Amino acid sequence: MATRRISVSVNGKQYEREVEPRDLLVYFLRETLGLTGTNVGCDTSSCGSCTVLINGESVKSCTVLAVQADGDEITTIEGLGTDGALHPMQKAFSEQHALQCGFCTPGMIMAAVSLVEHGAGMSEDEIRLGLEGNLCRCTGYHNIVKAVQAGADTMRGQGAGSPSPAEGARA
Amino acid sequence: MTSVAEGRQRYVGGGVPRKEDPKLITGQAKFTEDLFLPGMLAMVVVRSPVAHGRITSIDTGAAAAAPGVVAVWTGQDLAGDWAAALPTAWPIPTVHWTKAEPTAEPRTPEHWPLAKDVVRFAGEGVAVVVADTRANALDAAELVDVQYEELPVVTDPEAALAEGATIVHEAFGTNKGFTWLHTVGEDVGPVFESAPVVVKERYLQPRLIPNAIEMRAVLVQPLTSQDEYTIWSSTQIPHFVRLFMAICCGIPESKLRVINPNVGGGFGSKLNIYAEEALTLVAAKRLGVPVKWVEERTEAYLATIHGRGQVQYMELAATEEGKLLGVRARVILDQGAYQQLLTPGIPILGAFIYHGMYTAPAYSFECTGVFTNLPPTDAYRGAGRPEATFAIERAMDTLARRVGKDPAELRRLNMMAPFNEPTPAAGGLNFDSGNYPALLDKAMELLGYDELRREQAERRQRGDVRQLGIGISTYIEMCGLAPSQVLSALNYAGGGWESSVVRCLPTGKIEVVTGTSPHGQSHVTTWAQIVADELGVDYDDVEVLHGDTASSPTGLDTYGSRSISVGGEALYQALQKLRAKAAKLAAHELEVAEDDIEWANGRFQVRGAPDRSRGIGELSFSAWSAHNLPPGFDPVLEGEATWDPVNFTFPAGAHLCAVEVDTETGQLFVRKYVAVDDCGVLINPQVVEGQVHGGVAQGIAEAQYEEAVFDENGILLTGSMVNYRIPAASELPSFTTAHVVTPSSTNQMGVKGIGEAGTIASPPSIINAVLDALGPLGVTHIEKPANPERIWRAIQAAAGQRAASSTVTGGVGSGSSPTQPGDGQAKIEGSAS
Repeated sequence: MATRRISVSVNGKQYEREVEPRDLLVYFLRETLGLTGTNVGCDTSSCGSCTVLINGESVKSCTVLAVQADGDEITTIEGLGTDGALHPMQKAFSEQHALQCGFCTPGMIMAAVSLVEHGAGMSEDEIRLGLEGNLCRCTGYHNIVKAVQAGADTMRGQGAGSPSPAEGARA
Repeated sequence: MTSVAEGRQRYVGGGVPRKEDPKLITGQAKFTEDLFLPGMLAMVVVRSPVAHGRITSIDTGAAAAAPGVVAVWTGQDLAGDWAAALPTAWPIPTVHWTKAEPTAEPRTPEHWPLAKDVVRFAGEGVAVVVADTRANALDAAELVDVQYEELPVVTDPEAALAEGATIVHEAFGTNKGFTWLHTVGEDVGPVFESAPVVVKERYLQPRLIPNAIEMRAVLVQPLTSQDEYTIWSSTQIPHFVRLFMAICCGIPESKLRVINPNVGGGFGSKLNIYAEEALTLVAAKRLGVPVKWVEERTEAYLATIHGRGQVQYMELAATEEGKLLGVRARVILDQGAYQQLLTPGIPILGAFIYHGMYTAPAYSFECTGVFTNLPPTDAYRGAGRPEATFAIERAMDTLARRVGKDPAELRRLNMMAPFNEPTPAAGGLNFDSGNYPALLDKAMELLGYDELRREQAERRQRGDVRQLGIGISTYIEMCGLAPSQVLSALNYAGGGWESSVVRCLPTGKIEVVTGTSPHGQSHVTTWAQIVADELGVDYDDVEVLHGDTASSPTGLDTYGSRSISVGGEALYQALQKLRAKAAKLAAHELEVAEDDIEWANGRFQVRGAPDRSRGIGELSFSAWSAHNLPPGFDPVLEGEATWDPVNFTFPAGAHLCAVEVDTETGQLFVRKYVAVDDCGVLINPQVVEGQVHGGVAQGIAEAQYEEAVFDENGILLTGSMVNYRIPAASELPSFTTAHVVTPSSTNQMGVKGIGEAGTIASPPSIINAVLDALGPLGVTHIEKPANPERIWRAIQAAAGQRAASSTVTGGVGSGSSPTQPGDGQAKIEGSAS
């Protein structure tokens, strides 16, 4: 099958690759770039496990063709933070026990980060509504809501240049 | 000696950073689909679109010639590759369990990885395509031309038992797989005939689709020079996969290594041996290169087991005050077209607890397993126990209405009194410990029961569009599977033990090997907490190995809330053995008699001389160096234990909720949900709560949202995540959780288990609340899931019934007249209150 050349920035690194026009972005990330932190949990764009940020917007990467991402900046869970230098949302998910099997977690964290960065309100109802596109089968979402609130506190605290109040205080 | 059961220690009983998390939250964890091997091929399964049909021809020519295709095989092509069919480990004969009556052989159909001539459910595999890429394999699979002669289809398990029904397996001449009877105490017949009050109800347990968010995947790497194979599978049961792949594929176990890397949830759906595991292994064996199969979600809806699928006839006999005299349950199990690993045994897991936490002098349970042209059912979170709990808790509410008692009061009247030692229960088992009234009291207090009853009365008074309902459910979870002797008596092929090894390494680090196989349950964290406290080492110095039959060759894996009470207990006993051995070395080094050594503050010290002591780290190195060991002391400082429990454990709880029902639209809002559980001693409260949250959410999903719906041709209409309603965050409430602790008398740690509790308790709590809200409108029955349409229809039907019977006096049926099976369905009574 004929291929097309695309150029994308993923987690701050520039890639040029040949892709088939039918290749979904999620498989490009997973199989061409080896970024398997982004998971696939369905074939109907229902579960949200494959959520990544494209130019700062949260997107289900199974709904995008790789060729459509040509020229875009993409952030996956691997680019959000690493062990030892965690993003506040990653840290909050662990502290609040907001993950069990962890399969939906990368997508859930990316969606949560996007919610906070877009200035969404952080009431329980607002968070539940905001995460509607991401399914979790383990946690019942209870601790995910708590984690997003804690992560948002830290992110917004950092944005304002103040110390992060959530850290350590929510065991 | 310190003990976990003594409560809060340095790590046990508290929260610690979960060891599983760093890799999962950074995207570094590897699930089976994340593994790529050089030269790896992709396999796709071609599935039957019809629910019952004879394969008249399969043309693989076009598929075989498609780009990238390496092989296309049909069921006939692979017929010679199987040493045995796919296993059923729990075949149930037609048997009377407590009476010495003749038994009939179990009817277990041969279940091959691919159908050879007849397909019996839509989704059954008929061919496989192996290609260089998954995309090419998927494209080629479309080109496999299979012709079917369609046969009549039977989808309803009760219709399948009727005279003249379509037969799923011709060789049996019937769709009945088995009938199994279990009776305890007085003969139920006379008890029900003479009882002042008899409640008879019929409940449907719709099929549920488990939907672990990670779909199944299998990767097999052959090591052709050694005839060895490594199998990665997204499974809960690597040890069973190794055993049954050996049996099915005729490969010695010693040549098979099974790894389940990270597993993205299971809920029972990965407690199975699947055709695709055998097919991937055989494909890799035939081709001599790695082969990977990854399930698609819509495929999972057909190819992975379904849960529940039962029809229940539930009867209670009681005094006029509502004191239970007898419990009689009859269950029809829709097995589907084949028996998977445990299919016939699932209702048997509930057979002993249809009385819940209540006493009853007469008890009877009967189950008939039936074949239909639908995908097989098997274990789904709770497995048999949610069905049992639903039946007793729904029926208790009906009984409360009949005898005019508050449902909480009726339950309290019938509860077993608190106990700490094994105590006989109505279903014939000895419960381990419990304080059931305390559970209900605490839950009522946390819910604000009395205040809500007042609000309910006010809303009723003013005819509020939104009516308030209070739901009560208590539960007993029979878990800690299982005493091997009991399993043997129930005709289960395997045992129920678990094993563990704890090794002290020369650096002072501790290596723990467990036979449990977590997939979200935090065993790595929880086990490390136990080890760190019992050995006086840092939590960070404990490494827990699992999920690889090379490092953990013995074990029986994770399901049935067994891990802490069987696997955790095995670990605890291994630790005691290790400590006993280390004490000998400490005594030798400190030049005192062993009796003079005591364990205090995480160290071995000379009694009365705390400054003379040794820690496990020091002893680890001196054992390894072997420079100065007691005579006959082998230099490996490790402890190993296998624990075969003497009894089940019986977690219990009371789950109460308050719901609001919009009587105009049928919308249901869960306003407050309170879970009070007794899972025995808590090792990690945060992990326990997480299990409760997730379990309750799955149970609410069962009560309110989820149902597998088939058409009359056996085609799944809710065949994807788009139309099978898995609740999102916005569709669930938050939860209030609390605990009552009665240490289990079954094991030394006093632990019981918590994995399935929420799913067992919550469905009847929600449905009882809906019926409580709608009682004044005349609604006394609603099927699961209680979605807005069902609620609205029930309200309309009751209104119609009221209008129709407005000229007839007396709405409620008489107490004791028995009704025929089926009477309870969608029963609408006249104005009862």
